[in-house]
Amino acid sequence: MEKRVVFRSTWLPYALLAPQIAVTLVFFFWPAAQAFWFSFQVQDAFGINTEFVGLRNFVELLRDEHYLESFKTTAVFSLLVAGSGIALALLLATMADRVLRGALAYKTLLIWPYAVAPAVAGVLWGFLFAPSIGVVTYVLRKAGYNWDWVLQGDQAMLLVVMAATWKQISYNFLFFLAGLQSIPRSLIEAAAIDGAGPARRFWTIVFPLLSPTTFFLLVVNIVYAFFETFGVIDSTTQGGPAGATQILVYKVYYDGVKAGDLGGSSAQSVILMLIVVALTVVQFRFIERKVQY
Amino acid sequence: MVENRPWLTVLSHAVLIAGIAVIAFPLYVTFVASTLTLDQILTVPMPLTPGDQLWENYTKALLAGAKGGAAAPVARMMLNSLVMALAIAFGKIAISLIASFAIVYFRFPLRNFFFWMIFVTLMLPVEVRIIPTYKIVSDLGMLNSYAGLTLPLIASATATFLFRQFFLTIPEELAEASRIDGAGPMRFFVDVVLPLSKTSMAALFVIQFIYGWNQYLWPLLVTTDESMYTAVIGIKRMIIGGDALTEWNVVMATAMLALLPPALVVMLMQKWFVRGLVETEK
Repeated sequence: MEKRVVFRSTWLPYALLAPQIAVTLVFFFWPAAQAFWFSFQVQDAFGINTEFVGLRNFVELLRDEHYLESFKTTAVFSLLVAGSGIALALLLATMADRVLRGALAYKTLLIWPYAVAPAVAGVLWGFLFAPSIGVVTYVLRKAGYNWDWVLQGDQAMLLVVMAATWKQISYNFLFFLAGLQSIPRSLIEAAAIDGAGPARRFWTIVFPLLSPTTFFLLVVNIVYAFFETFGVIDSTTQGGPAGATQILVYKVYYDGVKAGDLGGSSAQSVILMLIVVALTVVQFRFIERKVQY
Repeated sequence: MVENRPWLTVLSHAVLIAGIAVIAFPLYVTFVASTLTLDQILTVPMPLTPGDQLWENYTKALLAGAKGGAAAPVARMMLNSLVMALAIAFGKIAISLIASFAIVYFRFPLRNFFFWMIFVTLMLPVEVRIIPTYKIVSDLGMLNSYAGLTLPLIASATATFLFRQFFLTIPEELAEASRIDGAGPMRFFVDVVLPLSKTSMAALFVIQFIYGWNQYLWPLLVTTDESMYTAVIGIKRMIIGGDALTEWNVVMATAMLALLPPALVVMLMQKWFVRGLVETEK
């Protein structure tokens, strides 16, 4: 779509674009280019000598067990976060779509976790489940369950999944609610007249019609789990115990900032960029289809 | 509602109330902990009804901070968070607004090139370009400054798209009429486009304010000076490690203080928030 009526000026459009382009060049393209450049180099511990090594950083990464393990951790983490977040939000949205009384109050009380910073969400959940003083820990121990996420990898994973999902439910909820409200009532009524009960109507009409929303949320949630959950991890497990919750973004940060491995960390950045590109392409192809639907 | 099924309505309410209770539980425990003394928190199990230390804990957090770790007062950190959130929100809106105005209302060489250049930034979240961006900010001498905190986060593909989409829906007749009346592009921008964009700007403001306030990784890297910490970073720095060493009552008061402003923005500006959320994802 293009405007028919446009203004003419030789310099004004460039002046208007200048701030945005300047920030983009200095803080997006320049660092991205540097990440590419660093990823082909090896630097010594003091940053004095750098050596061009071609693809060696990448080869080493792909041979590195910890890196492959981190891939697996990220996959498990993001699927758990996306899956449980979507399922819970769909349940709540379906229920909220049904009720007439108090709908606004329910909505208001369900959307506030979106405003909580991931790092703060991590602190809140970490405190609830803290090995020695946590309230939930106390209940779990009473029930005879040995809860200590500081030592046990599976429990650490469960904790970060809970904190990350908790924060994302409101987002999914709002999109599902909007999707549910856009389903034509006549379809549901016709099914009801034909004798389909609520459960059957949900699975044969509502759920298929929601599939574009569900797919969209799946992509968004995976992107969220990949990148924005850094705060959750850093404020709770910090990738531990023994790398059980070390997702890719955390490893980039850890290797680059804490361990000072510039080349390896940059190579990881480049791989992450490729993943974002792939996810963005998936998302946009899907959005084109949504317009037709 | 297609049919009357009382038990299903009851079930819906029950599920919603249960959901809200589970979602609110961490917040409730945090609030309770922020009203207790440290000794009360450390007795297992911690009491689950509010204590009487509310005033003490919050004034201590705001004016002095927790002992050990970062001893900076949280009032200062809240101010930093506020400056960062406002600068990012207003900055993003301002530069995206004029950039998309140029892209929609002018024809000029390299127009599409610039548009794609902005588009590509969608694929470069700060998390994947941490170290080189840090180096650049440090080379520019912007560590521990508001400029360093906000500038690298200020370019926004989503905001540019949102405004572009919106400008495309402005009727052609308005631009035509302005031109016939002899108004130049900037006059048209100020008198017609800006007033029409108010709702989009409000919606975007809510989303970007929360985005700015909740930033974590970036301030963690560029602020080493306690007086430049944001509230979210402050909490993290207060937790020393070891449940008994951390001053949990003050940490929890700080957590409440850090999450209250964005939560209030979301709940009070709910209409704009929902709109902004849905529109930025189009």
